[in-house]
Amino acid sequence: MSVERYDAIVIGAGLSGLAAGIRLAQFDRRVVVLERHALWGGLNSYYKLGGRRFDTGLHALTNYVPAGTPGAPLTKVLRQLRLRHADLELGEQHHSEIRFPGLRLRFTNDFALLEQQVAERFPSQRDGFARLVRDLRAMDGYAPSEGRQRAARGVLRDYLDDRLLVDALLLPICFYGSAREDDVDWYQFVVLFRSLFLEGFARPQGGVKPLLDLLVRRYRSLGGELRLRTGVERVRVEGGRARGVVLADGTELASERVFSSAGWVETMRLCGPDESAARVAAGDFGVLSFVETILVLDRRPADFGYDAAITFYNDAERFTWRRPDALIDPTSGVVCSPDNFDAARPPREGTMRLTVLADCARWRQLGEREYAVAKREQAERALDVAARHVADPRPHEVFRDTFTPLTVQRFTGHVNGAVYGSPHKRLDGQTGIENLFLTGTDQGLLGIVGALMSGVLMANRHALVAC
Amino acid sequence: MTRDEIITAIKDIIHAINPDEDLAGLKPGEPLRDQIELDSMDFLDIVMELRKRYGVQVPEQEYRELASLDSCADYLLPKLHDKELKVGA
Repeated sequence: MSVERYDAIVIGAGLSGLAAGIRLAQFDRRVVVLERHALWGGLNSYYKLGGRRFDTGLHALTNYVPAGTPGAPLTKVLRQLRLRHADLELGEQHHSEIRFPGLRLRFTNDFALLEQQVAERFPSQRDGFARLVRDLRAMDGYAPSEGRQRAARGVLRDYLDDRLLVDALLLPICFYGSAREDDVDWYQFVVLFRSLFLEGFARPQGGVKPLLDLLVRRYRSLGGELRLRTGVERVRVEGGRARGVVLADGTELASERVFSSAGWVETMRLCGPDESAARVAAGDFGVLSFVETILVLDRRPADFGYDAAITFYNDAERFTWRRPDALIDPTSGVVCSPDNFDAARPPREGTMRLTVLADCARWRQLGEREYAVAKREQAERALDVAARHVADPRPHEVFRDTFTPLTVQRFTGHVNGAVYGSPHKRLDGQTGIENLFLTGTDQGLLGIVGALMSGVLMANRHALVAC
Repeated sequence: MTRDEIITAIKDIIHAINPDEDLAGLKPGEPLRDQIELDSMDFLDIVMELRKRYGVQVPEQEYRELASLDSCADYLLPKLHDKELKVGA
């Protein structure tokens, strides 16, 4: 059988894979993006149920800045992909909030509000917080170097000595991107603080689908090839070099450059048991996953008193970020409503989403019937706690869907349904196997803008500059 | 291409990379980075577009030769003198 040759092969048509594909196709590389599913998007995809379309991952686009903001990741990534800000049709959040017992910090896309709230609520921390913000502003989170793996809590102690404030800052940052239990890597904190607080939240009109369609259209218009329902069976490695991939149906594709967005552990598994055993360490497995419930409502959330775009709540004095010793941990969570963003065309129906931590292994042990029951019961438990922090959406519910770590695993292919992948990121994209590079979650940039940037940076560094 | 055409070619590439930037007032002798928003990723794109449109290779250690429109013209003239200008590519 003849082997097809490409200049580059990209595994996975998520945001990072599509972005890498666009960059490569833009400069006339013969490139193919291989996607196991019938639809693109990866973690940030969508599905149809009961006549409605739901986004799998999207709460908001973080890293929001107005068009043309100099030096911002969104500006840079749009330019690299030759997309216009207006193409994304972004609507800004109204406001968001962090809630702990006895504490509420509101924030918007104008950082001054959070600064003011911190100064009022934590007068003793005012100077430390100002120093922290000044230092964070000076750091370039998108030119990360591997460096020393430091944890954010330790670094934050140099600035802040109020544990409640530290916990309150870590809550949204962990939920939006920490793959590490009990903490977050410092560089990740730098990137996420910027993307959540210094920049901000917006929502693409119509959710993630129009954004994905835009990327796919752009990729194809440049001559890029996208193969759906095309799983990669293995990456062919010979003499320490990747030579191409073998597809599930036995077809071989050859290339001197393979970019994988499958995740670190998952990519090593594709390289075969020997590579996997030699390169994957026990600590490389991500364990943090989510249960998410989406409620469709008979009215807008603002009509019954929920007007935040996103609420990060913690129902205890201290915030802990770990895999629960139960199906879920309802203590902390994220509530999001797509209705509470500016929109020229408001969503058709009111919607609220609730996300809490979950343990994949416990969900996997359930039989089919138990699984259905557990989904219902655990969603109720989570909603009971959330209702202490936000207006209860349940009286207005017309439809509900809940997804679990097993769903996340199905969409992303991540072991353990680990939403943010491995705790050990590979920022330079190197795998130790020549010609095989990581992009996406386990390269280490997160969120929609982060994922796009990851694909762009890795394609630039490992395929465009290099030759 | 003449020197002037090379400058037109570079401006056209910058316009493709960032359509929102106003290039009319660019001073040829001054560094591009002092006049418009261009980072290292954008310089990579200028290099990639030069290769795509005109088949000219600019090694990484010579990117600095592209600092201003004048220096672009000086550096690229020997490489591009026998090439035709393509705009709006």
